[in-house]
Amino acid sequence: MSGPVLFVIGATHHSTPLEVRERLVLASESALRADLAGVPGLRELAVLCTCNRVEFYGVDSDGAAADQVQAAYCALQHFDAAEFQRIRLRLTGRDVALHLFEVASGLDSQLLGENEIFGQVKEAYATAQASGTTGAVLNRMFQKAFQAAKHVRTHTGISSGTVSVANVAVDLAANIFGSLADAKVLILGTGEIGEGTARAFKSRGAADLAVAGRRPEKAAEVASGLGAGTVHFDERDSRLADFDIVVCSTAAPDAVLSASAIARAMRKRPARPLLVIDLALPRDVESSAADLQNVFLYNLDDLARIAQANRTAREGEIARCRAILAQRADGLWSHVQPHLVSASVPRPSPAPRSPGAAGHAAAP
Amino acid sequence: MLADLSDRQWLWCAAGFYCAGLLLGTVSLIRGQRTSGLLISLAILAGYALQNIGLGIRGHATGGCPLGNRFEIFQFTAWSAITLYLVVGVTFRSSLLGYFTSCLVAALTILSLSIPSWDAVRRTHIFGGNPWIELHAALAIFSYGVFGLLALTSGLFLLRHFSLKAKQLGGWFSFLPSILDLDHIEVRLLGTGVALLTLALLFGSIYWSRDTATVGHAKLAATVAVWAAAALALLLRAMGRLLSRRFAWTCLALFAAALLSLEAVDGSRHPESVQATERPER
Repeated sequence: MSGPVLFVIGATHHSTPLEVRERLVLASESALRADLAGVPGLRELAVLCTCNRVEFYGVDSDGAAADQVQAAYCALQHFDAAEFQRIRLRLTGRDVALHLFEVASGLDSQLLGENEIFGQVKEAYATAQASGTTGAVLNRMFQKAFQAAKHVRTHTGISSGTVSVANVAVDLAANIFGSLADAKVLILGTGEIGEGTARAFKSRGAADLAVAGRRPEKAAEVASGLGAGTVHFDERDSRLADFDIVVCSTAAPDAVLSASAIARAMRKRPARPLLVIDLALPRDVESSAADLQNVFLYNLDDLARIAQANRTAREGEIARCRAILAQRADGLWSHVQPHLVSASVPRPSPAPRSPGAAGHAAAP
Repeated sequence: MLADLSDRQWLWCAAGFYCAGLLLGTVSLIRGQRTSGLLISLAILAGYALQNIGLGIRGHATGGCPLGNRFEIFQFTAWSAITLYLVVGVTFRSSLLGYFTSCLVAALTILSLSIPSWDAVRRTHIFGGNPWIELHAALAIFSYGVFGLLALTSGLFLLRHFSLKAKQLGGWFSFLPSILDLDHIEVRLLGTGVALLTLALLFGSIYWSRDTATVGHAKLAATVAVWAAAALALLLRAMGRLLSRRFAWTCLALFAAALLSLEAVDGSRHPESVQATERPER
């Protein structure tokens, strides 16, 4: 064995369609961490799970830990290991740092330059820290990733324009309703992405907003922040006809809006179009609703494809960003390598330990 | 020198400006730019002014509204569409509507000018000095121009609908007006068309009731059928029974039916109304 290896293993939107990613959403990070607690060679671990990716960043000190992470994850998710093998991303060494920098900067996102991913990476790091599974390597790499991401967002145009989910959704609504001043917007779900989308609608002139969430107190809190009204979550079907735009972003495991409920609502307002934006994963809206007359249903992948149209014009920015990030990854790597080397040196133990226990101390 | 130009020459000049508007819009779209509303409007305005001169000369020569043959009917229909566009287009600031209006009128005017046989027989004093009949004919053809603009708007609606359902919003789809705006324009244009055609039929019916033999059965059936279809479409739309794509396709079919009915209108003229036969001026 040549020594500890910094690795990332996972699956992203590049190789997995929405239907597959729905099955890849990590059901329970704590359960996975419990399963991995017995992996001796896993020295550090951070888990990043978003709509676009599930990724495991770690330090493998015995050359087998990365495979064991993959096996434990597939077993927990009941996901076919061979299928995961086909779609997986696996990088090691300096490429891991560069990949994380690009992810945190939004360069690897479906919606190029989107901001949400930065918060998600921070959250993943905070969780890993709280779990005690970060060490010298991951700590430094994540902190440098945040610095790099802030730098490129500030000094390049990678985050400018409408490539965020929220702004693409608002542009889409303008294509249907023209002015949004008279459009009535219902936000289903109280998550960050739904709230962000609601703010984007408000900033573009939508005055009539309402929030519905499974937790009424949280919905009231979000609505208060937006200056919006509230709708009881259980009344979402009966009140649907009152709205022109519905933004869904709940964490519900099943659809919260059925095609039949939307059809019933459309019978009450047949002449007015209904835009349904499903930002949830798993999806909140039955896909057959897209076939209804005057109903326009867009999910995450659809919005990403629209945003992709802006991507071409930003190729120059991507190249600039990648050059900056590559330079920073090289700088990081020169500092991280000694840690990886030292990690390969068996640590002195006050008491006799079983083989491989050196890695176990930092394992989840 | 300008005073020596014939009505057809003025109308050729007008068609040239309409084609210029079409060309400007096409070049913009090919380059992936938003069509220049100002330039297209200027081209249309110039064409409209020249067409007014041409039709004015023709009207003066024929002693009334120039609706004596298929050439004149097509020219008048194009003129009506432009007249409406100058109101609707400004209201909705839809540069793409201007572009498609240029397409329609360029097609109508060039087609009518390119087929000499349509203007081989020029009927004069076709309304027999009866201003009500003249008003009836002018309103009827004007309403057909409205249906022409309605067909264009419906075409835009279908394109926008396709782009939204197929989730293709880039390229020149991004220049299309919002689907709700297009729907509102459609309803207003259909309402205007039905109102104008209703007035035209009312004026015509007063004359017809005095002498039912003056109007052929084919013309009567065709025009009443177009009116009934348009009124029914408007009623169903108001009731929420004919919406979205089906409404747009119905509007397109209405314009097609209106154009087809011109055959019956033109063919039902009484031989005695043909008072002069001339070769069209070149």
